[in-house]
Amino acid sequence: MVSLKVNGTTHNLDIDEETPLLWAIRDNIGLTGTKFGCGIAQCGACTVFVDGQAQRSCVTPVSAVAGSEITTIEGLAGKEAEAVQAAWTSRDVPQCGYCQSGQVMSAIALLKENKKPTDRDIDLAMNGNICRCATYVRIRAAIHDAARALEI
Amino acid sequence: MTAHDPKLSRRSLLTGAGALVIGFHLPRAARAQSGAGAAYRPGGNAAFAPNAFIRVAPDSTVTVLVKHIEFGQGPFTGLATLAAEEMDAAWSQMRAEHSPADVKLYANLLFGVQGTGGSTAIANSWEQMRKAGAAARVMLVQAAASAWKVPAGEITVSEGIISHASGKKGSFGEFAEAAAKLPVPENPPLKPASAYKLIGKEGAVKRLDSADKARGKAQFTIDIHAPNMLTVVVARPPRFGGKVASFDAADTLEVKGVVDVKQIGSGVAVYANGMWPALKGREVLKVTWDESEAEKRGSAELIAEYRKLAHEPGTVAGSHGDAEAALAKADKVIEAEFVFPYLAHAPMEPLDGYLEWDGQQALARFGSQFQTTEHQTIATILGLPLEKVSLETMLAGGSFGRRAQVSQHLAAELAMAAKAIGPNRPVKVVWTREDDLAGGYYRPLFVHRLRGAVKDGKIVAWANHIVGQSFFLGTPFEAMVVKNGIDATAVEGANEIFYEVPDFRCEVHNPKVGVPTLWWRSVGHTHTGYAVECFVDELLQAAGQDPLQGRLAMMGDKHTRAAAVLRAVGEMANWKGPGPVDGRARGVAVVESFSSFVAQIAEVSMGPDGEPKVHKVWCAVDCGVAVNPDVIRAQMEGGIGFGLGHALYGEITLDQGRPVQTNFHEYRSLRIHEMPEVEVKIIASTAAPTGVGEPGVPPIGPAVANALAALGHGRPRQLPVKGGTV
Ligand code: FES
Ligand code: FES
Repeated sequence: MVSLKVNGTTHNLDIDEETPLLWAIRDNIGLTGTKFGCGIAQCGACTVFVDGQAQRSCVTPVSAVAGSEITTIEGLAGKEAEAVQAAWTSRDVPQCGYCQSGQVMSAIALLKENKKPTDRDIDLAMNGNICRCATYVRIRAAIHDAARALEI
Repeated sequence: MTAHDPKLSRRSLLTGAGALVIGFHLPRAARAQSGAGAAYRPGGNAAFAPNAFIRVAPDSTVTVLVKHIEFGQGPFTGLATLAAEEMDAAWSQMRAEHSPADVKLYANLLFGVQGTGGSTAIANSWEQMRKAGAAARVMLVQAAASAWKVPAGEITVSEGIISHASGKKGSFGEFAEAAAKLPVPENPPLKPASAYKLIGKEGAVKRLDSADKARGKAQFTIDIHAPNMLTVVVARPPRFGGKVASFDAADTLEVKGVVDVKQIGSGVAVYANGMWPALKGREVLKVTWDESEAEKRGSAELIAEYRKLAHEPGTVAGSHGDAEAALAKADKVIEAEFVFPYLAHAPMEPLDGYLEWDGQQALARFGSQFQTTEHQTIATILGLPLEKVSLETMLAGGSFGRRAQVSQHLAAELAMAAKAIGPNRPVKVVWTREDDLAGGYYRPLFVHRLRGAVKDGKIVAWANHIVGQSFFLGTPFEAMVVKNGIDATAVEGANEIFYEVPDFRCEVHNPKVGVPTLWWRSVGHTHTGYAVECFVDELLQAAGQDPLQGRLAMMGDKHTRAAAVLRAVGEMANWKGPGPVDGRARGVAVVESFSSFVAQIAEVSMGPDGEPKVHKVWCAVDCGVAVNPDVIRAQMEGGIGFGLGHALYGEITLDQGRPVQTNFHEYRSLRIHEMPEVEVKIIASTAAPTGVGEPGVPPIGPAVANALAALGHGRPRQLPVKGGTV
């Protein structure tokens, strides 16, 4: 039995301790906004927050995060999340959209740490997130938009 | 591609758009897919055989049923724009959903069957969707006219509001029911372009799917859950053409959560309660493979064979004058050989599909790109009549050609997996990234051998030998694209070129190799664009000509649209030759693909690590009428990133027939810090719209290669330029 606290709700799951958090969230808890893209921490599609830190859920066994506060894209709240999602929408960032949950999570994590990221800061924070549709030009612009919106 | 006229014919009016119905219904299988689709639930799940493109709900939302799959290239937004324009709807009331699979109503008019590909979505819906919208408008106006007892001609519609000078006003929803009872106008008038409020207007339209996609709410196939559903992963042969000899599932069945193991046509299927037990179960599955008929050649052997073939006479795909004679008497022959690796599409969402059936009827839900043939495949395998099988197209996390399956292999695997476990056990088949990269259906490996001669500053002879697999010869699709033994998808862009060369020849060999291959975003142009645009640049350099001016001079006055994008991109970049200036050089390329014209200039430097750095790309595109300018820009940006990533880093290598790259740590994908700045200019045009999903891809590779040549590194003869791992 593993106990996971996701978006404020505790779930007691009868699953293998090694189960990656990604599959527990998706298959056992039923939150599917967090995506599978590689399973080996290469693409960032599975990014969630564990105690506020962005983490790749595909390589995080559930046993390692029992007792932690886990936040998925469904559980986002706060001004950074609002600013990022608004910027993503008004810039029409997504194409297929499949990577975008992970991109949004990484962007929010960046803006929580760094109110005014430079292009280089964005490169460093976002280069773990692959977008096969290559929406990178807009991801960059939307992060700058969101940072500006947060200044006000 | 076929004889079907994309213009709305009388016949298709009767069978397709003519069946326009304004109603309150939702197709049975349709779930909310687009942006605000979640709010649209008129009629609940009422059973309904859909027969139209447009639905108007009592709350005035207008839902467009889109027959093309949305995987990011924007047909939901594009087709809704066309309908909204003619309806004079407000953009905020528009929604989009995939139409069900129904060839009679939703065939791609260019294919004759329902399917998406070749960047045709806007082109083939251009008239159909505007007529559908115009017919809806006529009926709504007539309904209002009857209710208000005024002449229809006195009624105006703007932003979704129907009004009359008397002060009467109403919404679409108020008149939907009455309009549904009216006859469908056969030939509703279409607006002149001068009256457009949405088409081609900057900022008038936003993507319908952005808000959901930014919030993790968009539903993809992998997100499907159903009671009693099993997740299925399949162990497939490590070499192409291998088969299961025997298997031992004892350890697999011990894994908690594994429910069953069955042999199916594509391998051995592991059924489990969730992805993790399925993966664990597959890991301990023991399969012995029969590889007696498997392909065992590696990339190195294939390249060596192809190189040899490139020196032998092939099938002539294009010829004028006498290239061999001209080369024989030239003072100097310039020769270049270009090698292109196998490439995986690697859509961000790996292949997957869901199927439920009870023995009598079935519902399949997945990112189907060729609905008609996949529908048939599933029905055949399940032994059900077609009308007992529904196919719902899901949003897909990219395709790049991977879901446009000539072989129907995913639909077949899905149906086989469902059939093997028996009725009333819904299945979701999921491929992992490893399955995807090792799974074949690659962009074929190609070799181009080019020879040319220059004299007095002019290119006087050009000969090109192309060697690579055809993915059409020998398939049911052969009739569509193979003419006189030439698979057009292998030579497009190379058997006819923009440049006037007096003696020209293009020959092709299509060797048989047991590696499944498939079209890959921009198809033949992925390699012909590179080979032709690098080689013309090299010859122009030898002839002492400027790359841009030299190209323009060789186009004569025949290729006005290609010349126009080339001139435009030169102006955008303030072209003054390739440089280098301060360590940065510029390269140019121009390619026509899918009837759209794209020219790009790339500014490139060489990094200290020996990796090229692309700083900026200027891109001019002529795709006819620009329906959604911002979607076009997005497709150019994305096409440049996709093309650049693969030209620089992308490669699937076969070692004795086995794919080497297993995941993104080896199949290197472009990342944000490698993405150049992009500036796009859309050429104003009144020509009918053409595609934008693919045409952004081909020019970037050669533009970068030509810049590298200006930096003194030569044009890379073998792709990827850098970063291939083997
Ligand atoms: S799925 Fe976790 S990083 Fe790719
Ligand atoms: S939007 Fe398609 S992978 Fe990023």
